[in-house]
Amino acid sequence: MSFANLYEAPGPRGIRRNRVLAAVVALALLAVAYVVYVRFDQKEQWAADKWLPLLRGDVWATFILPGLAGTLGAAVAGVVLAGLFGIIFATARMSDHRWIRGPAAMVVEFFRAVPLLLLIFFAFFGSFVLIGVNISAFAAVVFGLTLYNGSVIAEIIRSGVQSLPKGQREAAYAVGMRKGQVMRLVLLPQALRAMTPVLVSQFIVLLKDSALGLIVGYDELVDRGLNGIAANFSNVIPAAILIAAIFILINLSLDRLAHRLGVSGRP
Amino acid sequence: MEALLFERDTILAAFWMTVRLTAISALGSLALGTVLTAMRVAPLASLRGAASAYVSVARNTPLTLVLLFTGLGIGANLGVELSDDIATNNFWLAVIGLTAYTSAFVCEALRSGLNTVPVGQAEAARSLGLGFVKTLRLITLPQAFRAVVAPLGSILIALTKNTTIALVVGVSEASVRMREMIETYGDQVIEIFLGFAAGFVLLCLPMGLLFGWLSKRMAVAR
Repeated sequence: MSFANLYEAPGPRGIRRNRVLAAVVALALLAVAYVVYVRFDQKEQWAADKWLPLLRGDVWATFILPGLAGTLGAAVAGVVLAGLFGIIFATARMSDHRWIRGPAAMVVEFFRAVPLLLLIFFAFFGSFVLIGVNISAFAAVVFGLTLYNGSVIAEIIRSGVQSLPKGQREAAYAVGMRKGQVMRLVLLPQALRAMTPVLVSQFIVLLKDSALGLIVGYDELVDRGLNGIAANFSNVIPAAILIAAIFILINLSLDRLAHRLGVSGRP
Repeated sequence: MEALLFERDTILAAFWMTVRLTAISALGSLALGTVLTAMRVAPLASLRGAASAYVSVARNTPLTLVLLFTGLGIGANLGVELSDDIATNNFWLAVIGLTAYTSAFVCEALRSGLNTVPVGQAEAARSLGLGFVKTLRLITLPQAFRAVVAPLGSILIALTKNTTIALVVGVSEASVRMREMIETYGDQVIEIFLGFAAGFVLLCLPMGLLFGWLSKRMAVAR
């Protein structure tokens, strides 16, 4: 939506004033950029030898691509498992039986309230005491991503089902479907479709959260890129900018996808 | 259970750090987010462009990377010192990172709040001769704030949980203490986890209830 109704279409004086203001703003932004530039320059972060490694094939092969594979691996595993968790617990929370509904609600509310990092620490550092084996960092990250994002997805799906017209459920019962069929064949498909944009935004959150893996030593993009590249070429700033750019690119394309699905996916 | 009781002072100190990080970053994000919102709807294309570029960069970068950038990049590499004391310095670096990240979400929420304000409000303000800044400050933004109390509450709760990531810039808050305690008291892992989880539930639950109540109370009747 445009917010052009917040101000009058400028007249001749307004146009002149806006030009002056635009120049001032541009100067201010340039001044900020200049300060940043000088600061980085003092630490030689613009020097060619700090940036050129980022263009080298072997740097991409040893650091960036394996890191990206790690990030995407955890994210894909997380999306699949969190999606399953979400569907199961959303259905359970809408059950007719109180003894299913209650515990499911407690599980969902609990994992939504606990910081993801605590879940990852619990799985990673506590696994030996609990199950007798040390689980891998990958497993710990996916464990956390699944429980936390799965609970959020469960709530998204539940609100999607609740937003459907009552007639859908009634019509399904009227043609003789059972409870499971009503959910599986009528309600869930429509809810998932209506909630696609929100679900994709949650997947973006999940992808970003997978970067937490570096805290428990999981080999992902931020770890490989920032710690790996910067340790070899002492170029923290260029490496951080590159890694951020990769994340932004992936997330913006997912965002665009969500938008397109949102526009065309409505029945 | 003994470990939690025995260490209750250090645990409370760790959670106090969490609360301070949350409170200061929340105020900072609210201020910066409001300024960003005003910029995004401003008549000047340069302001709009700058704000929307900032929001899409901050929203799509992992918080871990943002905090590492403030810690390693701004702190260690550029040598920005906010305090002589290293713990205080790290604390403020974490606040900067959390604020930079969260304000983008505040901006998005407020902007969608502006969408809920009927066109007639701004038009009436303009017909009274109010300029852009006054229209925004007196008429549309106050109504937008009242419309987005609930989303702002969710952002605050997310911020509270996100402060755990401040450990990457060396702030010892709740998650650091939990990791240390799991290593020290290996036999009580479940109790320790549930204890810290309960701490966060105790912090976030009242916030959720308060903001839920506020959003009903402050809703603009139309």
